[in-house]
Amino acid sequence: MAFVDYYKILSISKNATDNDVKKAYRKLARKYHPDLNPNDKEAEKRFKEINEANEVLSNPENRKKYDEYGEHWQNAEAYENAKQQQEYQKRYQGASHNYTDQDFSDIFGSMFGGGGSSRQQSAKFKGHDFNAELQLNLIDVYTSHKRTLTVNNKNIRITIPAGLENGQIIKIKGHGGKGVNGGPNGDLLIQFSIINNSKFKRDGNHLYTDVDLDLYKALLGGELTIDTFTGKVKLIIKPETQNSSKVKLKGKGFPKYKKEGQFGDLFITYNVKIPTNLSTKEKELIRELQKQR
Amino acid sequence: MDTKDLIAIQRFCSHYEIPLSFIEELKDYELIEITIIENTNYIKKTQINDLERLIRLHFDLEINFEGLDVVDNLLKRVNALQNEITTLNNKLRRYEDL
Repeated sequence: MAFVDYYKILSISKNATDNDVKKAYRKLARKYHPDLNPNDKEAEKRFKEINEANEVLSNPENRKKYDEYGEHWQNAEAYENAKQQQEYQKRYQGASHNYTDQDFSDIFGSMFGGGGSSRQQSAKFKGHDFNAELQLNLIDVYTSHKRTLTVNNKNIRITIPAGLENGQIIKIKGHGGKGVNGGPNGDLLIQFSIINNSKFKRDGNHLYTDVDLDLYKALLGGELTIDTFTGKVKLIIKPETQNSSKVKLKGKGFPKYKKEGQFGDLFITYNVKIPTNLSTKEKELIRELQKQR
Repeated sequence: MDTKDLIAIQRFCSHYEIPLSFIEELKDYELIEITIIENTNYIKKTQINDLERLIRLHFDLEINFEGLDVVDNLLKRVNALQNEITTLNNKLRRYEDL
């Protein structure tokens, strides 16, 4: 286990007073508290280190042990006993040996498998928040549905509400890491990655699509059947419809998040297609038309 | 009135081991809303997450009520900005796909 310098973590000197420890802890805790740094893993890690450092240095007895024994401060008592026992054995075996810090570490290594870390925390802390990402297709979030997820070998059944946005995060309370010392469990934060492999572009609750329109239908008007998320819809094309003109189909867009029965709109842009490979006859007729204008 | 979505403040305080005066102060600073039904004070269950956060900030970090008010407003702004970034990213993706 690497040595953790609690003084360095709290940015204080070894001769800092209790008040200095308290002040340093408060200052850093305010900076790195998870509530003030949502979804920031680095801040969460720093906050845990700060808490650990404070727990040791704010308690005079623990601090004294830490100053004397460093990372093995928790096992100070056992350390002393083991040291005495080894000294006793060596004396009676006729060996002379001066103990160094390295020897003390070895004693701990044999007793506690590397120093151990069975720290008892007195303060209550909320468990870690778990972060997960769930990939869905756009069609999957068109209707609300239930889905079972496996998180840390536990099955959780959640409702995926219609209208979820790409990148949106849903919090499932209490399904994160276990709380410390009776503190509340952390939460499960699921970020949704929504893949749009449909022919519709989405912007919030509105959908956008382009529809090809042949020249004659654009000129003379007519009917056109198009696909929407809820099936086919017949459109009436007005005569003299211009290229890139748009129509709005009210309520045919995407469902509004947590507003049951409410939908955005579908915007259709017409792409008027000019015929190609014109025959001689067609060209003549079009020239005739041109003369009429 | 239905109290299904409410929780009595007395019960909330005893569960979280906090004094009633803490909730009253939060109300005075307009950090929470209190619903009164037949002389009993309630909070909405939807407020519990926010309240837990305020409890932690006040009791863990010793942030006073003025500070809680500032932090609460700033966190709401951070949250709104994060949502705006997500929306803008989605919009940008729409144009990049064209």
